[in-house]
Amino acid sequence: MRATRVVLGLKLILWLGALAPAGWMVAGFFLDWLGVNPIEKVTHVSGMTTLVLLLLTLAVTPARRLTGWNALIQLRRPLGLFAFFYAFVHFSVWMVLDLGFELRWVAEDISERPYITVGFTAFLLMIPLAVTSTKGWIRRLKKKWTRLHALVYVTAALGCIHFYWLVKSDVRLPLVLAGAYAVLMGSRVPHWVRRGRGALPRA
Amino acid sequence: MLIRRPADIRSSEITPEQTYVNRRAFIGQAAAGAAGLAMAPSALAAVERMAEAAAPPQQVKYADLKSEVGENVNSFEEITTYNNFYEFGTGKSDPSRNSGGFRPRPWTVAVEGHCAKPGNYQLEDFLAPQKLEDRVYRMRCVEAWSMVVPWRGFPLADLVKQAAPTGNAKFVEFTTLVRPAEMPGQKTRVLDWPYIEGLRLDEALNPLTLLVTGVYGTDLPNQNGAPLRLITPWKYGFKGIKSIVKIRFVDEMPKNTWWVTNPREYGFYANVNPEVDHPRWSQGRERRIGEFRRRETLMFNGYAEQVAHMYAGMDLTRWI
Repeated sequence: MRATRVVLGLKLILWLGALAPAGWMVAGFFLDWLGVNPIEKVTHVSGMTTLVLLLLTLAVTPARRLTGWNALIQLRRPLGLFAFFYAFVHFSVWMVLDLGFELRWVAEDISERPYITVGFTAFLLMIPLAVTSTKGWIRRLKKKWTRLHALVYVTAALGCIHFYWLVKSDVRLPLVLAGAYAVLMGSRVPHWVRRGRGALPRA
Repeated sequence: MLIRRPADIRSSEITPEQTYVNRRAFIGQAAAGAAGLAMAPSALAAVERMAEAAAPPQQVKYADLKSEVGENVNSFEEITTYNNFYEFGTGKSDPSRNSGGFRPRPWTVAVEGHCAKPGNYQLEDFLAPQKLEDRVYRMRCVEAWSMVVPWRGFPLADLVKQAAPTGNAKFVEFTTLVRPAEMPGQKTRVLDWPYIEGLRLDEALNPLTLLVTGVYGTDLPNQNGAPLRLITPWKYGFKGIKSIVKIRFVDEMPKNTWWVTNPREYGFYANVNPEVDHPRWSQGRERRIGEFRRRETLMFNGYAEQVAHMYAGMDLTRWI
């Protein structure tokens, strides 16, 4: 079937594309192309990759409805897990390399810097989603799984805010990503309306 | 820190022979990527000004220079590939990537406003009366990274005295060139061009304040603000306006660009102050480029002795 083959091809692209930033960072570390502030570079690349992957995760369902190719749903879990992987790298680089595990500084940053507060919250919210991403958990949680995983809407929104709040004046890229988030969420609204008011949205 | 006329110190006097002999080995290591390591303890510490411009260039080994408290200088590569110059883009490597088409010559500088001797100068004429000297300064960016840079320039005070400001001159306002064809960042509206900066007259007269024409003993690269920029080492880096075309004596506090962009986050004074955080991040620590662990930020970037008196009695939490 054509759609299946397309999805298979997309999966291949997904794996290669999602691993590329990690490969670029590891190679850059050894080949010295991360510039004179490598910690900042790795922080930025991992953060940006997280946000892009989160938005791609959110794009799966609209794309599926648009094309009618339900097989696209197979892309959602790997996209989400790769997003979590990069969020974990981002968080670890910040805590271990940037702040040198000084928990006093970590606590101060999380409590006093709003962009870090929202970024840290976004990361925390991803943990239960990553943990419950297996088939077993989907079966066990049944309908609750869908509700739980609606948290990704919150995570992606916080991610966009995190990015917007940290730049000094050039907000163009943060606005592009926030705009993409708005479009992806907006595209769900007609569907939610059809399913009736009050009901929690389906992922 | 020593503030001496360049003639006081010849580079041959302040460079012990042993260090000088060892330099070749050091330069070799630096070339191999070991810059900043294996630096022999040297009597260079505590000496800020290294050589007069007239000294043969091979006598000054810029990579060996140290700040007055013995900090190693950053490498030429670090200084010239990682900085902010929004006229060439907002990324830290954009200036070095996008400034190749910029033509800093011919260049004119206007000196105007409340002064007895205004003028419009070709850069060469503007610099002719000035005595260039090398000085090693810390540079602390408002974004919480820092470097140690061997600048070449002359005290702004010398120019101010020659221009003879009148009693109405309370501040000095600086303006950057606007030339979108060569400064691609100016095609966007990320800042309100032209870039404007300013100093209070006493700040302009402070011996630390430099008009800079070079780094590492060579002309300023385009990305670092060629051909003429300001350096005030006790202030955040954005005060160091680049590619200056106009110096104006004014009676009101200049509306500097970052203050205009976001007055809640950036002030006119922009003095380095670890006690007053940026609304969005801590100013208590900084990453020295080339170092792994963050270090504590010093009041007035370590230059309190030279500048603190100018702000006596001012509420520095209000006058950011």
